[in-house]
Parts: sequence; structure tokens; C-alpha cells
Amino acid sequence: MTKSANKLVIFSDIDVEKALKNAVKKPRPDIISELRESALKGRGGAGFPTSVKWNLAASAQGERKFVICNADEGEPGTFKDRVLLTDYAEQLIAGMILSGYVVGAKEGIIYLRAEYTYLKHDLEATIEKMRGKKLLGKNAAGKEGFEFDVHIHMGSGAYICGEETALIESLEGHRGEPRNRPPFPVTVGYLGCPTSVNNVETFITALHVVEKGAKWFKTFGTEKSTGTKLFSVSGDCEKPGVYELPMGITIQKLLETVDGTGAKAVQVGGASGICVPAKDFEKALAFEGVATGGSIIVFGQHRDMLEVAINFMEFFCEESCGQCTPCRLGTETLLEGLDLLSEGKCSLKYLRELTSLGETMQVSSKCGLGQSAPNAFLSIIENFKSEIFDTRCSCR
Amino acid sequence: MLASERDQLKSEIIKMAKKHDHHRSGLIPVLQHVQNVSRHISPEAMQDIAEAFKIHPVEVHGVVSFYSFLSTEKKGKFVVRLCRTITCDMAGNEAVGNQLENELGIEFGETTSDGMFTLEFTNCLGMCDQGPAMLVNDDIHTKVTPEKVADIIDGYKNRFGAHVTTGEHS
Ligand SMILES: Cc1cc2nc3c(=O)[nH]c(=O)nc-3n(C[C@H](O)[C@H](O)[C@H](O)COP(=O)(O)O)c2cc1C
Ligand code: SF4
Repeated sequence: MTKSANKLVIFSDIDVEKALKNAVKKPRPDIISELRESALKGRGGAGFPTSVKWNLAASAQGERKFVICNADEGEPGTFKDRVLLTDYAEQLIAGMILSGYVVGAKEGIIYLRAEYTYLKHDLEATIEKMRGKKLLGKNAAGKEGFEFDVHIHMGSGAYICGEETALIESLEGHRGEPRNRPPFPVTVGYLGCPTSVNNVETFITALHVVEKGAKWFKTFGTEKSTGTKLFSVSGDCEKPGVYELPMGITIQKLLETVDGTGAKAVQVGGASGICVPAKDFEKALAFEGVATGGSIIVFGQHRDMLEVAINFMEFFCEESCGQCTPCRLGTETLLEGLDLLSEGKCSLKYLRELTSLGETMQVSSKCGLGQSAPNAFLSIIENFKSEIFDTRCSCR
Repeated sequence: MLASERDQLKSEIIKMAKKHDHHRSGLIPVLQHVQNVSRHISPEAMQDIAEAFKIHPVEVHGVVSFYSFLSTEKKGKFVVRLCRTITCDMAGNEAVGNQLENELGIEFGETTSDGMFTLEFTNCLGMCDQGPAMLVNDDIHTKVTPEKVADIIDGYKNRFGAHVTTGEHS
């Protein structure tokens, strides 16, 4: 695997044990204000400010609280968490301990997707090693009276369980069906207790921020999207792999870095993201630009974009939990529409209806899956309509 | 399933449920164990599990049917899951899929008659930079080519003959 030579934040050197011990010496509000100052936002896709989440969980009332690491990484084209879980497990667990200290939780859970079962053994060994160093357990990280431990819970193969309330349902032994929000997990989460859920990358980034300071962190990225981001790059480029790059980098710059210039389009954010055509490659990858959990799939000139749209829609048809109608039926209807297009049998009038159905799904679906399922469809139709019609209709 | 096997499994279920204080949060770990041991979750096992957690068997079935790594149908000793996400598609998973069908003599969704292999598609395996990717039970294989398929499959066949005992999950 290619890993970027850049060692900016996440891949930069850190003495994990020292960083953690330093951190737990600080008063909790100081850590929260450092995180607030850094403007770190969650790296799992939704971009919720980490300081706000930790603060809400910290001030929530509850005898028992939980810190959960979302290691369900199922978004097509994303694999940066796998790299972190493999090579940076100690930093991840330290980040969870830090979070446990701030929110006042004793228990940490890593929800690891079933597809990554092969990582479990080494992760457990790292946890055990950290217990041995007394970073976990009673008086964790040398802090009197602070107790924290971590265990791994295996997923069972369901993309929707990456959505945090579905994840919690799954942990509780149910079907992974998203809950209504509010209440949010920070107040009513796992077993009804305040629960703070973060992405793998967020925990690691937070550890670096608290050790090295918000000021340093903000030297990377843009004003609204501070710091760096891991990008999982795949598809038609010479150097696929995981790259740490400053937030706000343009798609063009990223393509130059991975030797993928000359591409026809780039899918940003996986199946639930959007398809960006070459004319928009000057757009920035940032919360204020094209937002992403880090999945970048490069499509060369020879790729058939309709095939891409079909592949993604099949994914959503299969992974929809089926709980609400716009998503359950909408994904099926859009897929049928794509098949019609593929056979050269879709009228423009019907395509307009499908587009409006997609827009309805975006606003009326219960959770992020249904809300984002039409994104790829809509952006591919918008940008490649003439290509699709030219190649399909003329042959019949 | 032999009566003695069911008793054996039932006692494991009871033991595991107890470890979780019979709390429902232990349900999926128990289901995962049963799936590993008997390659599916039979109606009898669902009964036993429901009893152990004091819930209705329908509840258990609802959970089993939700997750793609749990099944009511008996799977092969080795479950081959080929990634069908667009990146693996672009890297040539179709040829790999064809070759898997040829080597195993079955189609996707089927299990070989000797109960050794089940062939399935799966969604993103998180190996998009090294596709085509596939899982065989818990092992990941990357940059799979049609030529490599036979060797990979043989590797598991031989492992079975040599030292894998029934129920062990590699
Ligand atoms: C369908 C769906 C799938 C998701 N999958 C993941 C995932 O695999 N990993 C992840 O960290 N967040 C995922 N999320 C986002 C989580 O719900 C949640 O926002 C995130 O874990 C919070 O962590 P963060 O604030 O550190 O980003 C998903 C959301 C949706 C709607
Ligand atoms: S939007 Fe889709 S995945 Fe989300 S709750 Fe509705 S049916 Fe389930």
C-alpha cells in the first residue's frame, strides 16, 4: 500500500504514552477548550465538532457512560481506518482513553466490522499491552481515580451499522435500524446511557491536537476546515493508497499527488458522496467545499458512468435497512430507472420524475443512508446525461 | 444435527448467555459463535438462544436475517466473499468471479455439494487500492487474478484435509 510521505498531523510522530499522561494531568475543561480552539470536526463523514460532542457527553447526567469507536468503515472506497487500526492502534486506544477521561466514561467499545475480523487479534494484543503499561484499567494513564478499559465488539456485516444509532441498536442485540434523533446518543445512547461515538481518525487526531496544540493544528487546512484529512484513494490512478493531505486541497492537486491526472470524474465520499466531473476539479475538498469522509475514487476517460451509478444504487438497495419508505422503495425505483437508461428505454420525462424522486428521498428519508443514496445518481445524471443518452439510445 | 451436537451447542449458548448476564447485548456475540461453530443458525439453535435470553424466537430470527454474516442456511466450511464494489469491478473482479465459479463448479449464492465452499458477493472490503479483493472466512486476499484463484482454493482444500477439525473457524 502507498502511504503518503507526508507526516503532517495524523502520521506525525508522537510519544503516545507521554502524550496521554500529559493530557490527563490537564483539567477537563482545558482539553475541551483546546479542542474547541482547534475547530476539529468529526472525520467519519458528518463533520460534527468534536469539542461539542465531548462537552455534551461530559455534561450529560448518568452513572454509566460509554465511549465508542466507530470502526465499521463500510463506505465504498474507504480504507483509511483499516490502515489506522493496523498501524496506529495504540494511538487510537489512547485517543479513546482521552475521550473517556474528558466525558467521564469508564467503558470504551470498538465496534469493528466483520470484514476486518483479521485485525482483531492484533488489536486485542495492543489493548493487553496497554493494560500491562497501566494506561488502561484502574488509575488509567497514571491518573488517580480514573478508570477506563476497552473491549472489541464485532459487527456482523451491515453497512447501516456505521450510522451511530444503528450501531448502538446493534450493540444492544437488535437489528441495525437507526433510531429517531433526538434524543442523541450523547444523552441517551448505549443501554440508555450517555454515549460519545467517534470515528477512528477523530480519536487519533484529537490526541495529536491535545498534545501539540490547537495553534499548530490550525497551521494546516482552511479556516472552516482545520487540520489534515486522510484520503483513501483508489481507481484509475498510478498511486492508490492512503494519503494525509491538508483540508481544502483541490481535487486537481490531489490527482497530481496520486498520478491520476486526466481523469474524467472523481467520486468524492464513496457511494453516498457525489460525482465531480473534470470541469470542477478546482473545487476544494473541505467541509465548505466538497465534504468527504475521505473516499476518493478516480474514473479514467474510458469509464462508463452509468455503470458506476448502477453499482452504487445496487449497493444501497441491498444495504437499506428497510425501515422507512422513501429509502426502501426509492432506491429500488432509482435502480430500475438506471436499468431502463442502460437499455436505452428511459424517456426524458421519466428521468425528470426520477430526479425529483431522488430529491424527495434526500429530504424525507429517516437517516443519512436514504438521504445520501440519491447523491451519486443525481450528480451522474446531471453531469453525464448526454454521454448516457448518446451511448445508449443510438444503438437501438 | 445430532441430538448430542445440539446438547453440546445448547450448553455453550447457555454458558455464553450467562457470561452476558442474559442481557440482550450478548445476543449477537452468541449468534456469531453459533454461526462459526455450525456454519448457520438452525431453528433449534434459535429456540435455544431465545430461551437463554428469554425472548421470542421470532426476535432472534429477525436479528439473524438482518446481518449478512449470519445465516439460517448452512454455509460451506469456507465462505468465499468476492468484493463487488466499483473499484474491485474496475480492477477486474468479473474475471475472478468467473474463475471462482469454474474452479468450484458452482454459481454465486451456492455451496459445493461436499459442503466445503460457499461462493458469495460482498460489499466493500476496504481493500480498494489492492483490488480485486476477496475474503475466505476471515482471511483477506488482494490483487486476486483468475490464475491465482485455483491456488487459493487449493490452499483451503488442503488445509481442510490436513488439520482443520469440524467446527473450527480458521
Ligand atoms: C449510513 C451511514 C454509515 C456510516 N458509516 C460510518 C462509518 O463506517 N464510520 C464512521 O466513523 N462513521 C460512519 N457514519 C457516521 C456516524 O453516524 C457518526 O456520525 C460518526 O461515527 C461520528 O464520528 P465523528 O464525529 O468522529 O465523525 C455513518 C453514517 C451513516 C448515515
Ligand atoms: S433511510 Fe434507509 S437506512 Fe435509513 S432508516 Fe430509512 S430505510 Fe433505514
